[in-house]
Amino acid sequence: MVNFTHDASGIVLATGEAPLFRPGEAVRVMTRAPVGHYRVPTYLRGKSGVVESVIEPAAIDNEEEAYGRNAGSKRHYYRIVVPMTSIWPHYAGSPADNLRIEVFETWLERIQA
Amino acid sequence: MSPHDHDHDHAHAEIAPSERPGYYDIMETAVRELLIDKGLFGADEIRRQIEVLDSRTPALGAKVVARAWIDPDFRARLLANGRAACEELGISFYDDTQLIVLENTETVHNLIVCTLCSCYPRPVLGLPPDWYKNKPYRARAVIEPRAVLAEFGTVIPDGVEIRVSDSTAMVRFLVLPRRPDGTDAYDEEQLAALVTRDAMIGVVPASIAAGRS
Repeated sequence: MVNFTHDASGIVLATGEAPLFRPGEAVRVMTRAPVGHYRVPTYLRGKSGVVESVIEPAAIDNEEEAYGRNAGSKRHYYRIVVPMTSIWPHYAGSPADNLRIEVFETWLERIQA
Repeated sequence: MSPHDHDHDHAHAEIAPSERPGYYDIMETAVRELLIDKGLFGADEIRRQIEVLDSRTPALGAKVVARAWIDPDFRARLLANGRAACEELGISFYDDTQLIVLENTETVHNLIVCTLCSCYPRPVLGLPPDWYKNKPYRARAVIEPRAVLAEFGTVIPDGVEIRVSDSTAMVRFLVLPRRPDGTDAYDEEQLAALVTRDAMIGVVPASIAAGRS
């Protein structure tokens, strides 16, 4: 298990400062339906994918920002890859076809690949 | 002299306000006037931003693509950091968005959509086409990209992986199309003329036939 609270120099990072997920890790988009401004498409909630890359720099949480509540708090977006065949059971195309999208950290959970 | 008497040969309705403003027109006016009243920005700044947007056209993106085709080092920088590479060519970004450039290859075809609204690489392409903002494209591009592409005349072989990027967050995308065959003798300007807006969204390839004359 990687310890995400320290870097090699022993500097302790604040919560949310370092990315929680790494490229190649399997993640699932959470199934939630918050009231308000959110940008995670409904068709991807509950779907699993793999992290392609971490989007730098960390960004504010749009859902909180919409209500003026961000208070400077930032987390990362992750570009994830989701196979089309796992989103649409009757997908017409190659099994290699996939969807790629940036999802905010608060919407992802780590799963076993 | 009639109110509409100028020298061109097509008929159109007299240019005059003919409809009452809609709900969103009124809301936009109200919010804009409130923001100006509160001193958050002025009318000059609004006009300036409109001028910024009007100055952006697909010709900028085409310049970026053509440079990437002829300069492998630039191409590598473009794929590593799209925004920084565009800024090298003097294309400013005027906001916080980043740009990821997606390279089409023999085995990968990229397509861009925003299923939520109309997120689009405006700094390098200008305003999106209407079809990009309409619901049929936005819904179908992620459900049946191959059928959508075929309607644009683009048939992707089964052996080629389609990557649909749903542009809904902080990042914008630009497709780097494949350089068409038979263009070895083209200079940078001639290459740029082959790169259409639609090729940089990923709905068509760049081609000698489809380029701007």
